[in-house]
Amino acid sequence: MTKVTSLILRRMRIPLLVLIASYSISILGFVMIPGIDENGQRWHMTFFDSIYFVSYMATTIGFGELPQPFSAAQRLWATITIYLSVVSWFYAIGSILSLVQNNLLKRAIEEGRFTRNVKKLGENFFIICGYGETASLLVYALNNRGFRTIVVDIDSERIDELSMTDIPQFVPALEADASNSKILIEAGLFNENCQGVVALTDSDEVNLKIAITCRLLKKTVKVICRAESLDTEANMRSFSTDYIVNPFESFASRLAMALHSPSSYLINQWLTGVPGTRLSDPVMPPRGLWLLCGFGRFGKAVHRFLTYEGITTRIIESDHELTEPPEGSIKGRGTEAVTLRNAGISDAVGIVAGTDNDTNNLSIIYTAKEQKKELFTVARQNLGDNKILFQNAELDIVMERSDIIAHEILSVILAPLLATFLQQVQSHGNQWSCELVSRLIAVVGETTPDTWGLEVNEEEAPAVVNALVQGGTVSVGDLNKNHLNRDEKLHVMVLMISRLDQEDENATRLVTLPADDFLLQTGDQLLFCSREGARDEISWVLNNGNALHYVQTGELASESWIWRLFSGRQSVSGADEV
Amino acid sequence: MNLEKVVFAFFIVLALTMNFGFFVGEMNDPLHHNVYELYAAIVVNLIATVLKFGDRTHIGAVLLATSLVADLHLIAAAVAWGIGLYVLDMGNDVLGIVVSLSAGALLANITSVVLLVVETMSLRK
Repeated sequence: MTKVTSLILRRMRIPLLVLIASYSISILGFVMIPGIDENGQRWHMTFFDSIYFVSYMATTIGFGELPQPFSAAQRLWATITIYLSVVSWFYAIGSILSLVQNNLLKRAIEEGRFTRNVKKLGENFFIICGYGETASLLVYALNNRGFRTIVVDIDSERIDELSMTDIPQFVPALEADASNSKILIEAGLFNENCQGVVALTDSDEVNLKIAITCRLLKKTVKVICRAESLDTEANMRSFSTDYIVNPFESFASRLAMALHSPSSYLINQWLTGVPGTRLSDPVMPPRGLWLLCGFGRFGKAVHRFLTYEGITTRIIESDHELTEPPEGSIKGRGTEAVTLRNAGISDAVGIVAGTDNDTNNLSIIYTAKEQKKELFTVARQNLGDNKILFQNAELDIVMERSDIIAHEILSVILAPLLATFLQQVQSHGNQWSCELVSRLIAVVGETTPDTWGLEVNEEEAPAVVNALVQGGTVSVGDLNKNHLNRDEKLHVMVLMISRLDQEDENATRLVTLPADDFLLQTGDQLLFCSREGARDEISWVLNNGNALHYVQTGELASESWIWRLFSGRQSVSGADEV
Repeated sequence: MNLEKVVFAFFIVLALTMNFGFFVGEMNDPLHHNVYELYAAIVVNLIATVLKFGDRTHIGAVLLATSLVADLHLIAAAVAWGIGLYVLDMGNDVLGIVVSLSAGALLANITSVVLLVVETMSLRK
C-alpha cells in the first residue's frame, strides 16, 4: 500500500466504524420492531425491506413509509435513526474534508506525485539541490540544451518561484531537505537516467553531505558541488567529488591569471561565457599597489592570489576581530574618502570592492574614482537584481557569484574537456595564448563562441565511425569544411582532442589545437568551439556518409542503391551503406 | 494490556464465531440457519475489516485481504438470499447457496484468526 492510501484508510477508520454501527443498529431495529397492517395483524419488516428503507432514509432521500404505513413504534424508531444516520454521515464527510486539508496528507500526495514524475521522466537528467539564483540560471540553460532537471529545495517559497519561471520543459520539484539520503533517492539518484547531482545549497555542510551521500550510494554518478570555504573544498576533494566550484577561489585565480597572462584570462572568459553575447574586451590589470576592501572569504582568496602574483595589497576592513586581516591593514569600510586616503589611494593602481554588501561596493568604487581617476576597478556583485547597476558603473571587472558558478558547472556538464583545456591554456603561457586569441577571433567573430564536446562513436558521429571501420581516414580538417561547398570553411575550431592511451587504459593523451591533417580514431573525445549555429552545419559531416565523402574528396556520391549499381564504381567507402 | 489489541482480536474472533454459528447445521434446514445470525456476521465482519485498515506491515495486508474475502462471501450470500427469496421465489431451496457461500467466508475467517494467533505468538517470543 502506498503512503497516501494507508494514511487515508487509517484516518477513515473511526468514521467508517461509526457509519457501520449506525446502519446496522437502524436496520436491526426495523427488522425487530413490529408493525400493524390494515387488518390489525402484526407484521415484521424483512431484512430486505429494512435495508431498503434505511438506505434511502439515511441519505435523506425519503420515499415514504414502505412497504406499508408504519406503526407508532416504527415511527419512533425511524425518528431516532434519522438523527443517528445523518449525524454519522456528517461526521464521515467532515473527516474526509479535514483529511484533504491535512498537511501530512498534502505532503504525502506531493511526494507521491514527485516520485511518479521522476520515474516518468525517461530522459537524461540532473538533480539540482538548492534553487537560488545560480540554480535558476543552470536549470534554464540545461533545459535549453536538452537535459532535464529535478529540483530539491528546503524552502517552499523557492519551489513556488520555480513554478512561476518560464521554462519550456516541466521541472519536477520537491520541498525537502536534500541532505537527507532518502530524499535524494526519491529524486531519482538510482534512476539510470540520472547523469549527476549538483549541490548548490547555501550551506557548505549540506553540500558536503550531498557529496558524501552520492559517492557512497552510487559511484558512477557525477557529483558537482559548490563550496565556499577551503576546508570544505579539501574535504569534498578527499572523496573524489567530480567537480567543486568555489566562486571566490575561482574568481581570485582568474584575477591572478589576468595579471600574469591577460590573453589566457581572455580565453577563459570567452570559452565559459554565455554563447551569443558580445565577446568581452581584453583587460590589462596594472601591477603596483592594490587596495582590497573587505577581508571576508572573497577578500582572503583575492589577497592570497595577488600575493602569490607578487602584488602588494593593502586591506581595508571594518571588523578586524572577526576577519583577522594581516598587520598594517586599515580599519574602516572604504566608503569614506578618509579611509581610502589613509590607505594610500594616491599610490594605488587598482581597487577591489569585495564586501558582501552591493551598495557599499558601488559606493567604494565611486568614492575611489573621485579620489583618483586612473584606477583599475574590480567589484563583487552579490545579488543578481543589481546587475544593471554594476553594468552602468563602468567597472573593469565584475565578480558575479551566481554567474561564475552557473557557467563553470555548465561547461563541466556540457563540455567536460573544457576544464582540462583551460588548465592547458594556463600552463602554455601568455605568448601561446596570444596566438590562440587571434585564431579564435578569426573563427568566432564578434560573439562569444559555443563550446561543446563530441565523442567519435556510433551515436554521435556515425559517418566518421563508418569511414574509419572501412579503413578510410578522417582528419580534423575534414570536419570543418562546409558540406555544400568544401572550399568554404565552417566557423568551427577543434581546441583539443583527448585520446585513451593504448598501453595504459586509464591514461589519456591530450592534443591541444590539433593541425588540420591530424587523423581521428574511434573513441576520440573532441572539444569544439564554434560560432553560433555552426554546430548544426558540422553535424551533416558527422552523420551523413555522403556529406563526409564529399568534403573529403570533392566527389558527389550517388545517393540511392540503384543509381550506385548503374554507375558501378561510384559506390564509395564511407558512404552510408546499410 | 492494550485496549486496542483487545478490541481488534475481539472483532476478528467474533467474526469467525458468528460465521461458524450461521454455517453449522443441516444444509437445507431453515431452522438451522438464522437470518439474524447472518446479519450479525456481516456487520461484525465489516467492523473487523475497517479495524484492519491502514496497517502497512505485510501481515497487516494479508489480514485485510482475508477480511475482504470474507466480506465478499457474506455479502454475496445475503444478496443471493434476497434475490432467491423475493425475486426468483425459490423458497428454502436458496439456502443451499447461502450456506455454501458462508462456508467460504468461514475459511477466510479461520485464516484470519490463524494469522492473528501467529502474529501474537511471534510477538511474545
